[in-house]
Amino acid sequence: MRFDELVRSGGPVVTAEFPAVDTDMAALVRHADRLRGWADAVNVTDNTAAHAHASNVAVAVALRGLGLEPIMQVACRDKNRLALQADIVGAALHDVRAVCCLTGDDVTAGDEPQARRVFDLDGPQLIRVACALAEGRYLSGRVIDPAPELLVGAVENPGAPPYSHRVDRAAEKIRAGARFLQLQICYHPDRLAAFMAGAARAGLTSRAAFLATICLVRGAGGLRFMNEKVPGISVPAETVDRVERAADPSRAAYELALAQARHALGLPGVRGLHLVDFRGGDAVARLLSDLRISRRLTA
Amino acid sequence: MSPDPVTRTPYPDPDPVASTPNPGPVTDTGTAVHRAVAAVEHAVKGPVFDCRMCGQCVLHSTGMTCPMTCPKTLRNGPCGGVREDGRCEVDPSMRCVWLRAFERSRRLPWRGHFTALRPPVDNRLTGSSSWINLLTGRDRRTPPGWRP
Repeated sequence: MRFDELVRSGGPVVTAEFPAVDTDMAALVRHADRLRGWADAVNVTDNTAAHAHASNVAVAVALRGLGLEPIMQVACRDKNRLALQADIVGAALHDVRAVCCLTGDDVTAGDEPQARRVFDLDGPQLIRVACALAEGRYLSGRVIDPAPELLVGAVENPGAPPYSHRVDRAAEKIRAGARFLQLQICYHPDRLAAFMAGAARAGLTSRAAFLATICLVRGAGGLRFMNEKVPGISVPAETVDRVERAADPSRAAYELALAQARHALGLPGVRGLHLVDFRGGDAVARLLSDLRISRRLTA
Repeated sequence: MSPDPVTRTPYPDPDPVASTPNPGPVTDTGTAVHRAVAAVEHAVKGPVFDCRMCGQCVLHSTGMTCPMTCPKTLRNGPCGGVREDGRCEVDPSMRCVWLRAFERSRRLPWRGHFTALRPPVDNRLTGSSSWINLLTGRDRRTPPGWRP
């Protein structure tokens, strides 16, 4: 089933983050082989964490050619509204249908903090513009014929202040047209639970597929890195300590991810998971097997 | 999940001013009167709101907090990078502009406006008087492809 059909069908969904690649096509094929059959769709990042990489459009098109279902992330940081629309329409020309709209980390989070930040549109505006494209119009009103068949999604961070506003923000994005929401990794289970309870109460979970992100890290170092370097992620010190002091930190880090996944899947309205794998190897397959989501989707 | 039908109004006829590629002066921003009003507006709103003169003021719906002071110039709420203690992802020396906007807007009678989807900035209006643009309706003109 195609990703857009799957999201509309109401069934469980698993997506995974595709690692950033540069010029090594063999590496791209290897990563694709590793995720094929486990994830319903893979997120192609757009200069993730404000580091330049092979472009979202190029990688999404390559993955489509390899038989994977790409979700093309589009961030507002690097491009103005003309370029953002061109990327979405250009990728749609190659049958890339799923688009995930995000504001994007600031340039200061990356390795070229001297760069000019753009933010000509913001996240909710980009969702609206992508939906206009799907309805056959550029922002200017100029007709696109045929209209690209897009499934527009977005992200939300249940773990960043103001916590009480995050459900309203999700609602705003769904009103703007988002049909799936990938939630930022949240190391505070209470915040994720409160967010999902609010989203379910507001009737949002029947209008969009909420996917909880799970990060598979190798040990305490990965957790500490996220806490210190990734904007909007906070990892409680006791969580880091627990992994660090374990007899086998790698195993403890895996067990943490497994527990997070079980917790998330037990919350009302969570349709599935978005997996970010820093462990490599068979971590994604192992996690899904342990969760009894061990379907191989395609041969 | 049932597909939710898109119930929106049809696209309006193109607004000749908003959609014309080179419409000439978009507003009378160049006149002496407009420039004088813009100077007064900046003198008043600069010190009070740190106003950046975007020319399409939305202060009333953002808790009287100027969204253009957000380092990312976001018009529709806080990004996902707000720090644990409420400081800005980009500039840790400042509190998140949208966190302040959120808190202030809750004290206003029209707090519901806070989550309204604000359209993309019309960059042609930068530096012009939002007061005049409000009176003429110029600040509410959006491109034909934009539907709130």
